[in-house]
Amino acid sequence: MPTVSMTVNGKAVSGEVESRTLLVQFIREHLELTGTHVGCDTSQCGACVVHVNGEVAKSCTMLAVQAEGANVTTIEGLANGDDLHPMQEAFRNNHGLQCGFCTPGMVMTAVDLANKNKNPSEQQIREGLEGNICRCTGYHNIVKSVAEGARNMGG
Amino acid sequence: MSQLRYEAPGSVDEAVALLASDSDAKVLAGGTDLIVQMRSGLRKLGLVVDVKKIDELMSVSSDGGAWTIGAAVSGAEMNENAALKKDWPGVVEAVDLIGSTQVQGRASAGGNLCNASPAADSVPAMVAAGATAVIAGPNGRREVPVEQVPVSPGKTSLATGEMVVAIKMPAKPARNGEAYLRMIPRTEMDIAIVGAGVSLTLDDGGTCTAAKVALGAVAPTVVIVDDAAKALIGTKVDDAALEKMAAACSAACKPIDDKRGTIEYRTKVAGVMARRAALIALERARSN
Repeated sequence: MPTVSMTVNGKAVSGEVESRTLLVQFIREHLELTGTHVGCDTSQCGACVVHVNGEVAKSCTMLAVQAEGANVTTIEGLANGDDLHPMQEAFRNNHGLQCGFCTPGMVMTAVDLANKNKNPSEQQIREGLEGNICRCTGYHNIVKSVAEGARNMGG
Repeated sequence: MSQLRYEAPGSVDEAVALLASDSDAKVLAGGTDLIVQMRSGLRKLGLVVDVKKIDELMSVSSDGGAWTIGAAVSGAEMNENAALKKDWPGVVEAVDLIGSTQVQGRASAGGNLCNASPAADSVPAMVAAGATAVIAGPNGRREVPVEQVPVSPGKTSLATGEMVVAIKMPAKPARNGEAYLRMIPRTEMDIAIVGAGVSLTLDDGGTCTAAKVALGAVAPTVVIVDDAAKALIGTKVDDAALEKMAAACSAACKPIDDKRGTIEYRTKVAGVMARRAALIALERARSN
């Protein structure tokens, strides 16, 4: 089986995987980082979003071997110890989640959005979340959360 | 059970040799189509050749105004290239419509072309803009207009061992503008039921001297509508010319009828999308 090595949340990791192993399977099952969720498994829902070399990606639509040598950040890589990342804090403050299933992907997308646009408008936030689906229909508070998170990240 | 074999060569020559060794081998760029097809059982994969470790396929360069875009360069990267976006906004905007932000972080124009979906967003835009595909294979390299790559849904004209290594965009002509628009039943993250790419060039007096109109999702492959271009050339791109162009677009449609859009709807909307795209292209041509 191929060996794959990458940096996840700042730590060098490696493992033996089958070629068909998805990045999300490697993250959840080999690294036991289960914050990244699998919703649809077909690139639709966005629960599995992680950052790969600074771009957001759906980890259910990447093979682990494709991430060889890559720098990957998952939801577990955002907080600093017990201090939540400003975007996580904003989701908490604004009740930006109900069941929480979509939340890791929402937050990872929101952090990328805020990194690229420090002061996004409501329209830009809604468009920016095109690849993330919430089945609790909580978009209203998610949009409020992203706006506050972006402000607090930039400030 | 068949095993997936994954190779990530560092050069085009190695990639071509791998592809030539197995007629069922597939090129893996972003994987945003291929992996979904594999997971859903639509496609059985044996050898996949990841081309994202090849520098040539991952770089964008400009030489005398002409652009060479590595076939595996992500849409996100194209979108972040301000100079490329300034020259060919329609093409970059079309790539930016593929999937969602996260898909654009992986997906490429080369992959969108070679996946050969009739509804591929980047293809009508690239065709209208006069893009070519550089193809490497066991017998060397050749360059063809991008419209010659897809031949039917899911099939390309590439022979065993061949791969697209780059998309080339010509130097931007003066007073040229281009644009791509699509219709989808939802507001985001859907597959086009009609896509329209329009490129037009004006003379100093504002008369259209050259035009190209290409439609997606209304036939098995991209449709170049010569009559639509003819309707614009020699005019000031006024209402009468736009009406004639829209009618030519609708007349060129041979769409499927499915849950996303009926034949009647796709045919009508093709003219509407082309007209709106032409107006954006016209505004861009006037300011270039």
